[in-house]
Amino acid sequence: MSEKIARAGILVIFAVFLMAWPAVAADTIKIAHIDPMSGAFADAGERADKMLRAVVNEINAKGGVLGGKKLEVVTLDNKQSPQESLLMLKKATDEGIHFITQGHGSNNAAALSEAITKIYQRTPEKAVLYLNFSAVDPELTNDKCNFWHFRFDSNSDMKVAAIVSYLARQKSVKKVYLIGQDYAHGRAVRDAARRLLAQKLPNVKIVGDDLHPTGKVKDFSPYVAKIKASGADTVITGNWGNNDLGLLVKAGKEGGLKVNWFTFYAEAGGTPAAIGEAGVDHVYQVSEYHTNIPNSSIEPFVRKFEKETGMSFYYLRMKTAIEMLAKAINQAKSADPLKVAKALEGMRYQSATGEVWMRPEDHQLMAPLYISVMTKAGPKLKYKHDVNRSGFGFRTEALIALKDSVLPTTCRMARP
Amino acid sequence: MEFFLTSLLNGLSYGLLLFMLSSGLTLIFSMMGVLNFAHASFYMLGAYFAYQISSAIGFWPALVIAPLVLGLAGALLERYGLRTVHKSGHVAELLFTVGVALLVEEIVPLIWGRMAVKYAIPRELDFTLFSLFSTSFPAYRGFMLLVSVGMMVLLYVVLTRSRIGLIIQAALTHPEMVGALGHNVPRVFMLVFGVGTALAGLAGVIGGNAFVTEPSMAAAVGSIVFVIAVVGGLGSLEGAFIASLVLGIIQTFSVALDYSLSDLFAGSEVALLHDEALRSLFSIRISQMAPMIPYLVMVLMLIFRPQGLMGKRE
Amino acid sequence: MMNNTDAMSLTLGESKVRSRRWLVWVAAIAVPLLLPLVFRSGYALSMMCQMGIAVIFALSYNMLLGQSGLLSFGHAVYYGLGGYASIHALNAIGAGKLDFPVTLLPLIGGVTGLFFGIVFGYASTKRAGTVFAMISLGIGELMAAGSTVLPGFGGEAGISANRVTGKGLFGITYGPPVQVYYLIALWLVVSAILMYALTQTPLGRMANAVRDNPERAQFVGYNPQRVRFITLVLSAFFAGVAGGLTAINYEIVTQEYLTAHTSVTPLLMTFIGGAGYFFGPVLGAILVTFLQVVLGAYTKAWPLYMGVVFISTVLFAPQGLAGIVMQHRQVWSAGLMRRLVPAYAKVFVPACALLLGTICLVESTYHLTTEAQAGTQMSLFRIPLDVATPAPWIGAAALIAIGLYFFRRSCAAAALSWEGITAELQRRKSP
Repeated sequence: MSEKIARAGILVIFAVFLMAWPAVAADTIKIAHIDPMSGAFADAGERADKMLRAVVNEINAKGGVLGGKKLEVVTLDNKQSPQESLLMLKKATDEGIHFITQGHGSNNAAALSEAITKIYQRTPEKAVLYLNFSAVDPELTNDKCNFWHFRFDSNSDMKVAAIVSYLARQKSVKKVYLIGQDYAHGRAVRDAARRLLAQKLPNVKIVGDDLHPTGKVKDFSPYVAKIKASGADTVITGNWGNNDLGLLVKAGKEGGLKVNWFTFYAEAGGTPAAIGEAGVDHVYQVSEYHTNIPNSSIEPFVRKFEKETGMSFYYLRMKTAIEMLAKAINQAKSADPLKVAKALEGMRYQSATGEVWMRPEDHQLMAPLYISVMTKAGPKLKYKHDVNRSGFGFRTEALIALKDSVLPTTCRMARP
Repeated sequence: MEFFLTSLLNGLSYGLLLFMLSSGLTLIFSMMGVLNFAHASFYMLGAYFAYQISSAIGFWPALVIAPLVLGLAGALLERYGLRTVHKSGHVAELLFTVGVALLVEEIVPLIWGRMAVKYAIPRELDFTLFSLFSTSFPAYRGFMLLVSVGMMVLLYVVLTRSRIGLIIQAALTHPEMVGALGHNVPRVFMLVFGVGTALAGLAGVIGGNAFVTEPSMAAAVGSIVFVIAVVGGLGSLEGAFIASLVLGIIQTFSVALDYSLSDLFAGSEVALLHDEALRSLFSIRISQMAPMIPYLVMVLMLIFRPQGLMGKRE
Repeated sequence: MMNNTDAMSLTLGESKVRSRRWLVWVAAIAVPLLLPLVFRSGYALSMMCQMGIAVIFALSYNMLLGQSGLLSFGHAVYYGLGGYASIHALNAIGAGKLDFPVTLLPLIGGVTGLFFGIVFGYASTKRAGTVFAMISLGIGELMAAGSTVLPGFGGEAGISANRVTGKGLFGITYGPPVQVYYLIALWLVVSAILMYALTQTPLGRMANAVRDNPERAQFVGYNPQRVRFITLVLSAFFAGVAGGLTAINYEIVTQEYLTAHTSVTPLLMTFIGGAGYFFGPVLGAILVTFLQVVLGAYTKAWPLYMGVVFISTVLFAPQGLAGIVMQHRQVWSAGLMRRLVPAYAKVFVPACALLLGTICLVESTYHLTTEAQAGTQMSLFRIPLDVATPAPWIGAAALIAIGLYFFRRSCAAAALSWEGITAELQRRKSP
């Protein structure tokens, strides 16, 4: 009798194993969203996922693609690790998914970008097209560029170029300090800033630069003391997040440091709340979008999203990416990734903030960039829209024309 | 000069916060021989409890209540968890605390979400205490210094001068004897563990608003606390105090040192520097190496003086 | 701690034990070879690859924890450095600078692990116990911090490579994942046999002796420090092999390989599986990997469930899964299983209720706090729930309360019948 039970037990276990394999489902065009959904970075991943779903819902509500086919988002958790990203990519290809999107971490992006090249080499029928909406390491569209990878965010070189062209108009800027997280992104920002400042603003002095460990520094006051001692009036930093950006600016205020901070991600998630008062009129951001752009065509969508989810919309670039994907599928009259990729190359598209263009040489989107500055915001104030109910938002300082942020590429793309 | 003085002050206040964190760990280890891997988790819980309490009835009650609640939780954890695994040996005890740390790390975002919570410095302490040249020294930092030093003195006095302290010390070395004298030894251990976690909680109440209260704050300080306890000498409060200050100051100053090995050879043509890998190795600055320093100190200390700065020989 | 052989020799003759053990090894070799025929999907295959690597890693960890009583918090050092060395070698092969078969690449990882085992082990094995644990933690953190600054680690992005290089041998290019799976399976079987053989050598026996009583071991003429050192070096070798296999499997090695998290994983696997038995880490590695991959796809709360499993093991089953299996094996071969079944059946029902209630509570809370914006609707096991209404909360609380009450009662009953059986076994053993 006991052996029977044991056999039954083993059968049950096998059945559970088998059930655990996801079934292949209905006739939709699937987009796998590979981002952190658990662990320390889950907040960013979950937010992005909600925005992605809202964008896809809007397209589906308007009739989908190819005359009625719906898009579907499949969320896959990469736990913010390149290795898990590859595992999730495998899962996606297994389910017959040909489109993936990802945004958090250039390390994950690099892993994915290399892997999709190998997928095409080894199993062309499983080819995957990769829409990168926020990983900004310049390498991805330069030396490491790849036909299947399309980037819809301006890379960090372009963003630094935009900052430099803004600084060129400010007479008061004399001494610049560079501080960043000690990893690919922080270093890329530092190198670009050094190069572009020397080229375009020879009179501005770089009075110091620092790289600190990512997410580990609890007390930024030593760095603040150093910045202060250098006499800098402007700081450029690639830092992001509540810790590395929030604490840095707060420590600056505590230490009586009077500088303007130029940042990339001050508006993301809970960062405005983490920076708080210290950032008002001093924390600048370079981005393709911010909460208080007047009269933009995205307005109704954003308000609806805010109402439904209680969070602010942040990723215009992701919306642009998915809309361009839909347009490319329609143009190619097929969801075949190769045909879609060819349609995306060189595509011009009217986004909410102006015309954008997918440069065919390196698959880098060319989009106008805003320089905005942190400000108090709220329904009763001059600037109506605060970020994630923090009481702080951003206001436009300048719109940087494409010519001021476009840079040449070293990409030599191998095309199928 | 201004830079030197501000850095010294910064180093001191950072070191004292580190001491607050490690004193509870050291206390528990010195009394019970248990390395509590969940210590930083109690620090995090302290910050979150303080946030919850202070948003209801204010910071000052939270300063008292949150550590008390955590002390109680710690005592219960000792009574119903640690004591059960005690019979399986020290490894099992250690693993139990590792498990608690894993659980807390997941439960905190479950309750309070993944975003940082708005746990702000109390209004009464949000002013500049004094200005050194042009750098202001915030009052809250002064408050941190005060609490930390107070904690050190109190612990020292209680342990070495009071009756209960003597019983605790005796219970460690001669548990049967103390038991025979009519003291409840297991309860003494429960008390010690509770006090240890309450101290971690207090550090959380104070550190949570000085920095950021978020689910990763435990992981961020987890290993540095061990470094202090080990370098100071496992179980030695005085050692932990000195180690905290030294490490705090070293870390603060190492940020300022923009020198690298290649500066050493600057000017002279060293053939080695033509090698790409070596050149990049040589161009790493001391300031970049700052995060490695505590662990390097710890490993060297363990190799050459395993009992730590002030620890007793085994 | 009950030994494998003790448990069996209670009821079986020595020769019968041999034949059984032989069968176990045949099965252990056959199962990994046949698995890809059953589970064909690429996803299953890549999970099995992960499992294979995890098994090697966990077995190498257990050389320290289980066999020598050394609690390490820095095993990732050898795994990670082995991985980095292998990926650099793979790149060198690809660039034509190195002529080395990809099949043997894990050997490079292993030798690297061995080398660093000698370097770090010399310092860390001077002492056992807490000091060893702390040094291993320190070295682990040092390497993790160092990998972000030092050259050769590729920074945050890590180092990637292409495993399909050269012509390949007999059509084996390691392009198709199934070939990689068989490579891992091969290395798994070889490593497992070697590690098992090690436990049977005098060194393995001395490691046990040093674990149980270092003074006595020293008295018989063995230097405990040297025994610990050699064990650590060998264990580092196998950790390096696992790292090398990971490098081939993912074609990327990142800093993550060196973090404390990677060091804790084999600890979890080994302990959950059962550190006292050779096959314990195998069970643990398979279960933990399965939970990580499959549970991770269903719920964001998977680390919480993992933590619960781990802490329950520490509290209630410190012998791990293997311990539970071996205890029941003894009962089974004595033909007493029948007596346990009714008691277990009685535990099973309230345990399910308890589990279900806990899952409901955890998932509802998760939904409410981390997905508050997505609305209050959610579904659990395809049952729609609305976390804004009291129903799921009351239901969960009721399930937990009732489950807990009956669980404790039935557990007491089960413990009673277990005691009866132990007594019976004792009686049979000493007639």
